[in-house]
Amino acid sequence: MKILVPIKRVVDYNIKVRPKSDGSDVDLANAKMSINPFCEIAVEEAVRLKEQGIATEVIVVSVGDKKCHEQLRAAMALGADRGVHIEAEPIIEPLAVAKCLHAIVKKEEPKIVLLGKQSIDGDNNQTGQMLAALMGVGQGTFASELKIAGEQAEVTREIDGGLQTLSLSLPAVITTDLRLNEPRYAKLPDIMKAKRKPLDTLTLDELGIDASPRVTQLSVESPAQRQAGIIVNSVDELITKLKDEAKVIS
Amino acid sequence: MKTLVIAEHDNQQLKNATLNAVTAAIKLGNPIDVLILGHQCSTVTEQASTIEGINTVLTSDAEHFEHQLAEELTPAIQSIAQQYSHVLAAATTSGKNLLPRVAAVLDVQAISDVQEIIDASTFKRPIYAGNVIATVQSSDPIKVLTVRATAFDPAATGSAQVEQGTVDATTPVKLSSFVSEALAESDRPELTAADIIVSGGRGLGSGESFDLLYTLADKLNAAVGASRAAVDAGYVPNDMQVGQTGKIVAPSLYIAAGISGAIQHLAGMKDSKVIVAINKDEDAPIFQVADYGLVADLFDAVPELIEKL
Repeated sequence: MKILVPIKRVVDYNIKVRPKSDGSDVDLANAKMSINPFCEIAVEEAVRLKEQGIATEVIVVSVGDKKCHEQLRAAMALGADRGVHIEAEPIIEPLAVAKCLHAIVKKEEPKIVLLGKQSIDGDNNQTGQMLAALMGVGQGTFASELKIAGEQAEVTREIDGGLQTLSLSLPAVITTDLRLNEPRYAKLPDIMKAKRKPLDTLTLDELGIDASPRVTQLSVESPAQRQAGIIVNSVDELITKLKDEAKVIS
Repeated sequence: MKTLVIAEHDNQQLKNATLNAVTAAIKLGNPIDVLILGHQCSTVTEQASTIEGINTVLTSDAEHFEHQLAEELTPAIQSIAQQYSHVLAAATTSGKNLLPRVAAVLDVQAISDVQEIIDASTFKRPIYAGNVIATVQSSDPIKVLTVRATAFDPAATGSAQVEQGTVDATTPVKLSSFVSEALAESDRPELTAADIIVSGGRGLGSGESFDLLYTLADKLNAAVGASRAAVDAGYVPNDMQVGQTGKIVAPSLYIAAGISGAIQHLAGMKDSKVIVAINKDEDAPIFQVADYGLVADLFDAVPELIEKL
């Protein structure tokens, strides 16, 4: 079975992002960019399914500008077989991304679409659910465990308060949570090999996608900063402060 | 136009986050209906009928709604959505699972984690792990929003007697089925609803050491949370995680013990009213957001706190 893994190029998770001084957008000039951590987990899971003989081909796809070739190559170095780049600039919204992915799904007919639950830039947590809706298939979001048996996927999900296990008929969309696996590091020979793997480019026009924005970003700002408080010298002083000053305990 | 709030519940109990979502809905200024999709959930309907500030409680009772599967709930919401200008749910794992699917079938762009309502189409929401707040404006005919519970006070309940109605159940789609659930059983308050939270990080060093925090929590009637470092180290289960990828909390008192204060953790707790940090590393970033910092070994300080409280 084919597995399609959509991935996103995002600012590296170690970077603390700030607004530009005019508040028009975030300042990403010269920031280090990486594959979104949740997407990397999705690539790893798909590659493991291939290693177990369950998947036959792992296709990675990314929607964005040309620079996302870097992340597609990185995913191929981890073991994906080929890449598809959908050219879109500037960044388009989750609904439009889901429509692009739906177009690729119609072409490739994967049994499983495996993707990160959210990207760490927009923090939307929408694309997988939207794609499942457009495809008219089941969704296993926030997966921490995935088992494939024939035409069914059993997905254990991280939910508020614990874990929930669902059974989905394939094809299905599965979104990854952090504890699904720990991605491997690419080895140098695999990085070299990845450079020769096929990488196709498609445009929004070729796919017939209208990606006009529905939501406009008016401005961005830094969140209200907390002021550092005081250092207390003893547990006794702490208890006194909490009782008499903050009045949060009695 | 009207606003629809999707109730979160387990067929027995209305979840508190629904009340926070209702407050966000009240700020939109239009009449509000609360929709309960469930099975044998009449007690939830009764509870919701006491929420102040809403117009109608709509219920659809069907077996395939029992486990709140997004595949089954979406057609039911879609069947009535055109009557509404706004569809809201709390930004819990349940709301985040459901509403994007609803938005896609309505062909609208959902807006996640709304923390402030400026007007009927303009909202503030955190991006980049809460390091940046974006003001966004939607041009879609129906606004589909998940709202951050900690940013809105719960709506009052008790005295209201709200009109009740029903919605026809949609046909089962059967794309997914429920297998099992493993929910943490605890006598302590729920993390997202607790007034006081005691939280531990890598500084605890082991799962056993969390017993100290449980003892302190029981003294304070508090919930116990953890940083991602403590979860990744295997000390405690993931549902205790507070932070960007865990739960967002805003209690009156948050006590962070042995937590260094990575930005991903701060994203989940920095709206707490009072923050206490106990850490032996005086340079730990947690002290920059703490109202009261105690530079001490938590294994000395926490037992002393337990004894003296």
